[in-house]
Amino acid sequence: MEAAMGRTLIEKIIKAHNGGDCTGGDLVWMDIDNRSARDFAGANVVGNLQKYGGNFPIEDPSKTFFTFDCNVPANTIPYATNQHIIRLFARERNLKVYDVDAGIGSHVVIEEGLGKPGSTTVGTDSHLNIMGAVGAFGQGMGDVDIAFAFKAGKVWFDVPESVRVTLTGMPAQGSEAKDVALAMLREFGSHALLGKSVEVRGEWLDQASLSDCITLSSLGTEMGAIIILLPPNKQVLDYFGMKKEEAIFADEDAEYVKEYNLDISGLKPLVAAPPNPHNVHFVSEYKNTAVDGVFIGSCTNGTYEDMAYAAKLIKGRKVADGVMLKVVPATRKTWERMLHEGLIADLFDAGAIVSNAGCGGCASGQIGMTGSKEIQVSTSNRNFAGKQGKGDTYLSGIGTAVASAVLGRIASVHELGEV
Amino acid sequence: MKSLKLEGRLWVLQRNGELISDIDTDMIFHNQYLAITDIDKMGQYSFDNLEGFKDFAVHAKPGDMILAGDNFGSGSSRQQAVDCFISLGVRAVIARSYGAIYLRNAINSAFPVITMPGAEAASFSHLETVVLDMEKGQLGGFKTQPMSRVQMDIYSAGGLFEYAETLK
Repeated sequence: MEAAMGRTLIEKIIKAHNGGDCTGGDLVWMDIDNRSARDFAGANVVGNLQKYGGNFPIEDPSKTFFTFDCNVPANTIPYATNQHIIRLFARERNLKVYDVDAGIGSHVVIEEGLGKPGSTTVGTDSHLNIMGAVGAFGQGMGDVDIAFAFKAGKVWFDVPESVRVTLTGMPAQGSEAKDVALAMLREFGSHALLGKSVEVRGEWLDQASLSDCITLSSLGTEMGAIIILLPPNKQVLDYFGMKKEEAIFADEDAEYVKEYNLDISGLKPLVAAPPNPHNVHFVSEYKNTAVDGVFIGSCTNGTYEDMAYAAKLIKGRKVADGVMLKVVPATRKTWERMLHEGLIADLFDAGAIVSNAGCGGCASGQIGMTGSKEIQVSTSNRNFAGKQGKGDTYLSGIGTAVASAVLGRIASVHELGEV
Repeated sequence: MKSLKLEGRLWVLQRNGELISDIDTDMIFHNQYLAITDIDKMGQYSFDNLEGFKDFAVHAKPGDMILAGDNFGSGSSRQQAVDCFISLGVRAVIARSYGAIYLRNAINSAFPVITMPGAEAASFSHLETVVLDMEKGQLGGFKTQPMSRVQMDIYSAGGLFEYAETLK
């Protein structure tokens, strides 16, 4: 046997969870710290457990929970029924339910300190790889695997190969994390990073906030990546009150199957035009496109920091006549802080509709859908036909979304004269 | 403990002398049959949308194995694309690579899916009887990847939940 090579971040996280000394392509068992299911597929998880398990024990009820975020409160009878199947099961088994008031499950997991750097989380949300934002493992899985995780406390996993992306330079003033994520989508499309664990580094990442990291990692699914795994920076470690030694990092001599450089110097605001998230162009190319609606929220851009930026930009301005501005904070705690700091008032006074916390525009109609030929600017992560309705959706950052709502056409934050 | 050595006829899924790649779940078990939930009724539709092998279900015998190219089982997450083979008594699939969801479904169902990166159609005669050694990693005289620990645990127990029962 040759000497063990350096390991990448995902390999080290798996090893720390009893997955052994593994590398890309290995099938391993790994221990899971947080085992969750949401209102989508959660009832199937309960069904699987009842079908296979009989009167089985849940491996560790304190690490096992449900998060309702898709359809909150339920506005269809099937969702209402499924949520209540889950509640009844959870009461019987003494499992925690983050119910219809709590907000987006992946954000709640971070907010509660459960999904901290180096941890492992699985659930039925295809964007649960958002945990990569804090240097943690997260993965959406089907209802059979999640039921097994509830019962066994572990899952098996096909260890992905790791690649590394070095971002060089700093974006232009007025560009934000979403623009960096869109720049990655423009560069890599949906195939180049397919099935990979993508580690990112660079000057921009060193200064990025937790909210920025969440935005970047949330687009990993759209890039086809297993996860965009960010080594936790000072801001992220501070959020969790952790020291650097307590987190997990890739070895210095880790081997990546491919290394990429992406220059983001002077990056200008971007949008992803229909029909898919990697159809990325400069905002300026669409400045004559009139908009009917704007959505601000989602697991990609729904944090307190996103909301505070939106409120700051819109304060004292008005949403253009004939434009709907829909705002959905990611979590109840974000909502609470916005309420008490007056941000809800700033948004309301400008003409926005502010809904309770949740997945908002990406799930079935919590804050409405788009109709045929309707043009929407959205801070979310998917603009596939039918995802947010029948209309055309352009994905953007907060600045572009607010400017578009105020000016009634696709516009960058620069056109508000703020930057 | 289930045997890790299987012997049976090998269906070589080939076209023009090359193993067929990208056999998707619609070729394995077409979406027009998705409403079928009884596993005994699934077998008859196996490969009935795979050009050249549409009569597979008529001629397949319990104990048969299947050899294919890259990305076997790509496409949807339908469990029937695994269960139809179990229904017929097909014992294993050997392919150069698999669709990720197919691999997951098959392993969870204790259905042996063996990876053979160097598989070539020319190495075998269609329907010849061969031995698959899943522990050593051999098909006939040729090398395959051995079964991983994960697969062996689940295969030996007879399924993912059966394996969970062995943990406590």
